[in-house]
Amino acid sequence: MDVNNLIHMANRIAEFFEAMPEHDEALDGVAQHIQKFWEPRMRLRILAALNEPSEAAQLRPLVRDALHKHAALLEPVQA
Amino acid sequence: MLEHLKNTDCGTPASLSEELVTLHIDGREVTVPKGTSLMRAAVDGGIKVPKLCATDSLEPFGSCRLCLVQVEGRKGFPASCTTPAEAGMKVRTQSPQLQELRKGVMELYISDHPLDCLTCSSNGDCELQDMAGVVGLREVRYGMDGANHFKGEARAEVDTSNPYFSYDPSKCIVCNRCVRACEETQGTFALTISGRGFESRITAGQGDGFMASDCVSCGACVQACPTATLQEKTVVELGQSEHSEITTCAYCGVGCGFKAEMKGEQVVRMVPWKDGKANEGHACVKGRFAWGYATHKDRITQPMIRAKITDPWREVSWEEAIGHAASEFRRIQARHGRDSVGGITSSRCTNEETYLVQKLIRAAFGNNNVDTCARVCHSPTGYGLGQTYGTSAGTQTFKSVEHSDVIMVIGANPTAAHPVFGSRMKKRLRGDARRAGAGLIVIDPREIELVNSPHVKADYHLQLRPGTNVAMITALAHVIVTEGWLADAYIDERCDAKSFAQWKEFVARPENSPEATADITGVAPELVRGAARLYALGSADHPQGRQVNSAIYYGLGVTEHAQGSTMVMGIANLAMATGNVGREGVGVNPLRGQNNVQGSCDMGSFPHELPGYRHISDSITRAEFEGAWGVKLSPEPGLRIPNMFEAALEGSFMGLYCEGEDIVQSDPNTQHVTAALSAMECVVVQDIFLNETAKYAHVFLPGSSFMEKDGTFTNAERRISRVTQLMQPLAGYADWEVTQLLSNALGYPMNYGHPREIMAEIAALTPTFAGVSYEKIERLGSVQWPCNEGTEEAGTSIMHKDRFVRGKGRFIITQYVATDEKVTQRFPLLLTTGRILSQYNVGAQTRRTANSQWHGEDRLEIHPHDAQDRGIRDGEWVGIESRSGQTVLRATVTERIQPGVVYTTFHFPESGANVITTDSSDWATNCPEYKVTAVQVLPVTQPSSWQQGYRRFNDQQLGHLAAAQMEMGGQ
Repeated sequence: MDVNNLIHMANRIAEFFEAMPEHDEALDGVAQHIQKFWEPRMRLRILAALNEPSEAAQLRPLVRDALHKHAALLEPVQA
Repeated sequence: MLEHLKNTDCGTPASLSEELVTLHIDGREVTVPKGTSLMRAAVDGGIKVPKLCATDSLEPFGSCRLCLVQVEGRKGFPASCTTPAEAGMKVRTQSPQLQELRKGVMELYISDHPLDCLTCSSNGDCELQDMAGVVGLREVRYGMDGANHFKGEARAEVDTSNPYFSYDPSKCIVCNRCVRACEETQGTFALTISGRGFESRITAGQGDGFMASDCVSCGACVQACPTATLQEKTVVELGQSEHSEITTCAYCGVGCGFKAEMKGEQVVRMVPWKDGKANEGHACVKGRFAWGYATHKDRITQPMIRAKITDPWREVSWEEAIGHAASEFRRIQARHGRDSVGGITSSRCTNEETYLVQKLIRAAFGNNNVDTCARVCHSPTGYGLGQTYGTSAGTQTFKSVEHSDVIMVIGANPTAAHPVFGSRMKKRLRGDARRAGAGLIVIDPREIELVNSPHVKADYHLQLRPGTNVAMITALAHVIVTEGWLADAYIDERCDAKSFAQWKEFVARPENSPEATADITGVAPELVRGAARLYALGSADHPQGRQVNSAIYYGLGVTEHAQGSTMVMGIANLAMATGNVGREGVGVNPLRGQNNVQGSCDMGSFPHELPGYRHISDSITRAEFEGAWGVKLSPEPGLRIPNMFEAALEGSFMGLYCEGEDIVQSDPNTQHVTAALSAMECVVVQDIFLNETAKYAHVFLPGSSFMEKDGTFTNAERRISRVTQLMQPLAGYADWEVTQLLSNALGYPMNYGHPREIMAEIAALTPTFAGVSYEKIERLGSVQWPCNEGTEEAGTSIMHKDRFVRGKGRFIITQYVATDEKVTQRFPLLLTTGRILSQYNVGAQTRRTANSQWHGEDRLEIHPHDAQDRGIRDGEWVGIESRSGQTVLRATVTERIQPGVVYTTFHFPESGANVITTDSSDWATNCPEYKVTAVQVLPVTQPSSWQQGYRRFNDQQLGHLAAAQMEMGGQ
């Protein structure tokens, strides 16, 4: 999974939810979208980007905040 | 044996009046809707009045004088086709005078008609012959030697220029049915009657033959012709069929019903089914004529395998091919993990086939790595309409457009891509004697045919810059909100108040006004305001007191953008805000590209959801499937097609089962796709031809065309129709059987005996399909989902009638975000892509038919200004370069396209249109942004390096195929 591509995709998702008037709704929106549509490999890689300063710096603030707030939700479920 | 060719022709169209009148015809009491012709009323009473120029698909014309009747108390002999039934009339359809009159008329016709019935191609299916019999013609007193059109030098040449039908003027009776069919049914106006009186003849265009005219080869004229004048060449060659079957077209998402006229296993002709609700007896050049690919010599009918894509193919038995594929998938999973394999279903396959493929992946592979080509066309529709309305489908039937007052077409080109619906739409736009035509708003960077075509002209063409749809839809909403055109009562009753208030505040902001967004869209604000008013209020002459019906139809020009899903939501907002959802004549209507896009989505082809759009993480739904399938399912969404490519390049996705889909040609950024496929250890392609993807495959499983199997397709109206097996599968198995063999070889047993059993399983597991069965589809002709205990027997024609599926309709804020594909000094033009009438998608089918005579290559359309700046002349080679790659096409210099924008189609693999398109995609669904790519265009003298490489690779791969076939042939 090319992390630059994932960062770009996450940022595009954030640009949609940034227009929401309520910040919490936007945070939940970004996280739920990633949870519902991203395969575990992609979710793990974007979560890992949070701990990689150069990658985290490329994330829009809304993505960063959403990933932090909902990190547990985004962890893959064990089948 | 020819009974199956006879349909009851009521002579004139049905009257829609609710008022009834009762009259007597030949002593029989008949009650019909007011406005019904005497001819049609007679048919209702069981009496067929002789006729030639009348047919019930066309308005009455009254020229042949054969359908004369007598009405008590009236003088003369009125034509029954043009005389409306009135209460209390007493009509006679037969008397000695009528007998003589009709015989006299017929005698005149036959005096100028060749008497070669026995060798005529219409023998057995000729209305002129039938009528001569009915009126009792026994002699032609004038003889056959007078002035005529069928002997010696008087006989004009047969026009065989059209590849599918011929025009023999010597057999023409000038009934005008072909001319009227071209106007009324098709709406092309390519045919006229030239000359007067005896000199009258049918003329296509300016008189230089059908192919040189504006004729679009829909075949409506051929179907309307009562003689052999306009005749399918297959009928000339083969004669009349002996039986027929009802089936469904395998081209676009209109899903036309067809009567396949057969001789044994050979198709003689495809005739659009009059009772098919999607098309009501009309068809286009693809569906009616372009089916010869099914028996083309390029069909591959032997399974093949090879170790590496640089190796020649080896033809093997089904058993060996299936066994090899299964062992490879298991080997890869053992080595790279359970999630390292997946599959792709196709919108060209039946519901039953796509259901089985996703079942195989979820149950036998044990993951959710299944996606479908709808990913790259209408996935934003699913997401956007799901979010706003609660269901992933269009709201109307096609017929509903008859009730529209205003039609808005966004990013769609119905006359080329959905031609049969395009004709229906044009009919409503032209209007008729009873009702003025509907208003028309076109939002499109190109001047599509609807903007200005015979008797149809757009009131507003908002010719926006590619990539600015969302700014446009929000500006339209701004006008509706700020000028006070909201449907307040409707919104109060049916929509979510909180999201509405937020949306209203958002769109009303000054930065969303047409004036403020004009710099983005490039469209003059007054045009945007005018269009918004027309959509909300109807035209100036709209009758007071009646609600305006405004309908939106959209296509891939909406979805295939970085903000595709946002735009779908914007459309949904606009329709709710003006109260245009939930009744006839309105709605939000995605025009689906391929025949079974709707169905492949419905069947759980997406990696995140099970059949019926239920998320894989929902444990209740999952438990139902686990119970029925006897396996544990993964609760995690799988990889989408572009994610599969990324994972392949990373080394974690190594095996693919691809059924009926050509991702190498149709997916964006070709070089990225081929790199991903080249990185995989086992690619299994199931297709009818060695398509571009198969050139990267290790196992080839021969597929079957729609003529070789049973199943169902679901069209853009949610209409489920039967696909009927007309002939044995050329390779021995229908596609559903191949998937079943693979599943069994993988150790997950499947034992269906017929596709109807698969549908029964779908119905049992999917609430919206609970009432669907083959028995019901065959009895009713088709059904529309939702179809269950809570709906009418045939399902649901109009969605969201009393309330939205999700409960309250939800408004969603649609902030415009510019795409990454911006023009720069290096790439100063925007490329947008589309399709053309005669070709279909990657062209695998249509390129193998005579349709290529209309479109034999993909061209680059460029505006004269841009062409002149670059020294490009019409017909010359130009190089098109984007950040993804470069290709070379010939230029068409045209004003259809605006300055700054260029356009091409992607029907030919060597064109490499998708070498240019990039990985930019919709934020929500990863649907590629095919419609916007920043490019430079310059004159060149040779093909691009990609094209030169493609030629070498293609020659090599065809060599690998020939090697396999030669080896078998030599044995």
